[in-house]
Amino acid sequence: MTRWGMVIDTDRCTGCAACMVACHAENNIQTVGEVEAGKGRAMHWIRIERYYEGEFPDIKVRFQPVMCQQCGHAPCEPVCPVYATYHTPEGLNAMVYARCIGTRYCANNCPYTVRFFNWFSPDFPQPLERQLNPDVSVRSAGIMEKCTFCVQRIQGAQDVAKDEDREVRDGEIRTACSQSCPAEAIVFGDLDDPESRVSEFAEQARATRLLEELSTEPSVIYMRGGR
Amino acid sequence: MTVSARAATARSHEENLIKPLTAFRPKLFVGSLISGGVMALLFYSWGYQIFNDIGVAGINRPVFWGFYITNFVFWIGISHAGTLISAILRVTQAEWRRPITRCAEAITTFALMIGGLFPLIHLGRPWIFWYMVPIPTYRGIWPNFRSPLMWDIMAITTYLTGSLLYLYLPLIPDMAILRDRALKETPKTLRAFFFRIMAIGWRGTPQQWHSLEAGIKAMAVIIIPVAVSVHTIVSWDFAMAIQPMWHSTIFGPYFVVGAIYSGVAVLMVAMYLLRKGLGIGEYLSDKVFNNLGLLFLAFALLWGYFTFAEHLTVWYGNEHIERLVFNERIFGKYSGFFWTMMVTNVLIPLAILPFPKGRKPLGTAIVGLAVLVGMWIERYLIVVGTLSYTRLDYTVGTYAPSWTEMGIFVGSIGMFLFLYFVFVQTTPIVSIWEVREGHHLEVKAQRQALAASREEP
Repeated sequence: MTRWGMVIDTDRCTGCAACMVACHAENNIQTVGEVEAGKGRAMHWIRIERYYEGEFPDIKVRFQPVMCQQCGHAPCEPVCPVYATYHTPEGLNAMVYARCIGTRYCANNCPYTVRFFNWFSPDFPQPLERQLNPDVSVRSAGIMEKCTFCVQRIQGAQDVAKDEDREVRDGEIRTACSQSCPAEAIVFGDLDDPESRVSEFAEQARATRLLEELSTEPSVIYMRGGR
Repeated sequence: MTVSARAATARSHEENLIKPLTAFRPKLFVGSLISGGVMALLFYSWGYQIFNDIGVAGINRPVFWGFYITNFVFWIGISHAGTLISAILRVTQAEWRRPITRCAEAITTFALMIGGLFPLIHLGRPWIFWYMVPIPTYRGIWPNFRSPLMWDIMAITTYLTGSLLYLYLPLIPDMAILRDRALKETPKTLRAFFFRIMAIGWRGTPQQWHSLEAGIKAMAVIIIPVAVSVHTIVSWDFAMAIQPMWHSTIFGPYFVVGAIYSGVAVLMVAMYLLRKGLGIGEYLSDKVFNNLGLLFLAFALLWGYFTFAEHLTVWYGNEHIERLVFNERIFGKYSGFFWTMMVTNVLIPLAILPFPKGRKPLGTAIVGLAVLVGMWIERYLIVVGTLSYTRLDYTVGTYAPSWTEMGIFVGSIGMFLFLYFVFVQTTPIVSIWEVREGHHLEVKAQRQALAASREEP
């Protein structure tokens, strides 16, 4: 069985935000403008959290990219009254946009605050609508959304593999953030495959997970403390 | 008292209590007009929000719930007035309940109707709210019964159905009285037709009385656990989540106590206004205010105890994220709200209600208003106070209501008043037959006492 997971090496992350841009482009995420962003309604499925250590000139900045942790025991899932968010057999927290009625309970219950609500319908002025990804639906107002681990890419690769009558190879699927990371700090793969790169990382001593004490069983593994 | 004198008293009860329905009362008419106008604000604002999307509300990330859920809990809480007063007092056969059961039950029904609107108002896509209703359609969509929101729907629809029945059953004999009068005085009017429909063929036969009493008794017993479950489930909307100061085991009983507390508060204010406005002080007497005032005091103490227990354990437990929310509530950003709440919900009631002089209509009404403000703040603190703080410091947020949200809030108060004004003008707000029955029972008891004293050697 497959269990999709991601490794983020915070020791390598330079905080360049290329992943955020790539994610916006890949997943048709709306840009809300500065007024709405000022109200706390900016939408970035992946964000770079900055943490500072020490005082100026002797200062160290640490970056921590945070996206949906695709929890094994996701607090967002049981609270949705209409099954708009549910657990796939491959360990993803899937969103069914068409079902979402917008109670926003899932977002309240997410300890990582990585769910985003469409307060207004998106506006892609000419010619921006031409860069929309045809594999991803555009979400209208009143719908919750979040990082999908680029599920369209996963399914695309699985289709190809099925046509060629083989398993999906490790490294064959790259999420948009992982593909665009110049420092190669983001690795995507199958956590259940002991040979995969993510599994190798997961076994290292540097591996840790966010808010593990909540027993949410996140599928995103952070590597830190190596420098 | 002679037979004819007793009949005269019974008739005068009828005359006194029907007066608001027959005579044109400018005060009531103007009141309905104004409150109806305010109610229109609710539907205007809601329409504006539906056409312009949910973003016109002030909610944001991470404060995904704001005024709407606060008001939802607030109104559902108020709906607990009727159940407690009416059902519990009926079950325990407290005689002084007779004049107040109906105005309490009406509060329940109207507050529930308004409270039930808020979850719909707060949806991002309210036009598909029926995805939450278990209708077997070809789409194969079935609601998720693990979600506390589903429990909410089940509990609130059950409660609304139950309390409507519970309001209507004791209304039937009174509707028959009104029907008979209307048929005699103004037959073939809409008014007579309305009362005929509402009286559903009541003739007052022993068989009918028997069935009615059995029905009322059964409903009184059924409605108590339903009411308790409703606010417990509302509290579970919060307690089932893992957010700081939501995830608390005492939230169920804490919310039930708070709900009854705010319900009694509304009842006190409503009774004061009814007494002033309709001149029915004979029925809503000082004794009733005194007794209800004592109950009110008991709930002030209970609520204070629960609040203390809840906050003490959080403070003592000293978990990082809980402590953050706690500190902001007690000393920080939300401390103004918190301490106002403590004054209105604990200090003012304890300064007025323990004294017999304070348990007069005006005193209890003042406490009632204060408690309403305090209980609204309590819900606001729980919803917004918790959601503003997140476990990852990077996403901490803030919230301010928009005009749309405030319009809907003010409109909901207008709606409540409007429904109540209409109710007062179409229904005897004090149950005629129950007051009469009480009167008969009293006379009977007096007679028995008299006979007993004669028999003694």
